[in-house]
Amino acid sequence: MNPILTDADQAMLHGEGSGAQALAMRVLVGMARATGARRMIDISGAHIDGTLYLGRASLNFATRLRDEGGRVAVPSTLNVSSLDLLHPDLFLGDDPTRDAALTMMRAYLDMGASPTWTCAPYQLADRPGFGDRVAWGESNAIVFANSVLGARTPRFGDFADMAAAVTGRAPEFGLYLDQHRRARVRIDVSGIAEEAWLTDEFFAVLGFLIGSEAGSEVPAITGIESATEDQLKVLGAGAATSGAVGMIHVVGITPEAPTLASATGGIEPRLVRVTADTITRAYRALSSTDGENLHTVNLGTPHYSARQIARLQDLLAGRRVHPEVSLYVNTGRDVLASSSGNVKRLEEAGVVFVVDTCTYVTPILPAGRGVAMTDSAKWAYYAPGNLGVDVVFGSTADCVESAVGGRVIREKRPW
Amino acid sequence: MVSVAATPIVPGIAEGPSLVLDQPLSWWGGIDPLDGTIIDAHHPQRGQPTAGRVLILPGGRGSSGGSAVLAESMRLRTAPAALVLGEVDPILVVGVMVGAELYPDRNCPLVVAGEGYDLLVSSRTTRIRSDGRIEQY
Repeated sequence: MNPILTDADQAMLHGEGSGAQALAMRVLVGMARATGARRMIDISGAHIDGTLYLGRASLNFATRLRDEGGRVAVPSTLNVSSLDLLHPDLFLGDDPTRDAALTMMRAYLDMGASPTWTCAPYQLADRPGFGDRVAWGESNAIVFANSVLGARTPRFGDFADMAAAVTGRAPEFGLYLDQHRRARVRIDVSGIAEEAWLTDEFFAVLGFLIGSEAGSEVPAITGIESATEDQLKVLGAGAATSGAVGMIHVVGITPEAPTLASATGGIEPRLVRVTADTITRAYRALSSTDGENLHTVNLGTPHYSARQIARLQDLLAGRRVHPEVSLYVNTGRDVLASSSGNVKRLEEAGVVFVVDTCTYVTPILPAGRGVAMTDSAKWAYYAPGNLGVDVVFGSTADCVESAVGGRVIREKRPW
Repeated sequence: MVSVAATPIVPGIAEGPSLVLDQPLSWWGGIDPLDGTIIDAHHPQRGQPTAGRVLILPGGRGSSGGSAVLAESMRLRTAPAALVLGEVDPILVVGVMVGAELYPDRNCPLVVAGEGYDLLVSSRTTRIRSDGRIEQY
């Protein structure tokens, strides 16, 4: 079924705007047909995920839109790229890839998008408000926008987010609609000790577990009494790694879930009880080795917040990173600038800051033997495939103790 | 002969040997665009070639980079001849649409088989008609 198009949509489709808008509208109409969307809606912002260089096609798309007069019609932020423009020497890939990635980044800037280069656009000063309809790519950002901010975005992929940005329109499907925001699976963690859910790593592991339980359904978590934004962020990132999750209700905490009934719309959800045993299994599944010979430590996937950088400073407590270990912190350039005091002290202690990109999507890690350690479920899941490294997942404190000690050190977990 | 009606989401005609996947697949991290081989370490059909095949699969899997990798496969002529899905996936739809926009001499029709999906098998010759109907010999 074809969606209902307004006169303005039709005009764009038939080339009365720019060639870029016509191409974008063809893509959006195709998406609408595929998803059964009945109409197009206005969006108030976009977050563009297609900024990582994934071969010539990704470059050709960006330059074609730019060359055919593409301009973003709504405020648009950009996701991570393949390069760290503030620390260009960190990139260890070949020159043709560097040049292609740079050309692609320029094309998006030429079209008027903001040079944010972050996978955590919700840490920028301007972020969507409750009920705002936006078109966001980047799976962890999508979960955060829907769950924590109460903004609305379905899971946009590469190209589709930019098509929405240059037209200011999107097919009305998925998480734009009330009925798709209702929880169908209840994840009860009341059997887990409170001391566990006060830690950040519990949320990362719980997210990873939830993603495989929920698939593409919306889960509602019960049994947690408090959670920080950073904890909700790693929860969403973990869930969007192992599943196609676009929204998570945390009953009593997230804005559309004051009660379980409001999260589910009154329909009895499927019940999954999380136990110490299932959490322990998920925690173990995030490590691909039990090796202790440490090579790199990778923090900040999704990009670290200012609060997380301050916590790292506290955990390091004046000590230095071991000379045979590289400790990377991935973050956004905005956060880097706003944390300059802590950043300077951490750099003096041997920490390497990476902005605009991330150590699991582009060649940055130095060659060498030994395992890579991380406090991120997402980094732990993707790095073995992307980089061919063995990974140990641990808490942020474990990662710091290991980086200082020069070998993998993990405390017993509190669950 | 097996003949199954399907909804053409990205219409076109195609013919080739078919391969039925037992699980959904993410193109990002799941397919090597250089030769079309399945590289997802968690996929039961890792190592199978998909280039030039009519690829029959239950659906896509999450990753948002999938559209770009599929379009890149079309550029490199390593994409499937056609995609037959049990359940529609917007990521794959956008991938083949943009691939055909950027490289107009290439096409990868995408149809959704719905209820007839379970009748489809791996076969020597599978044909996709312009109305979406799938014929297997």
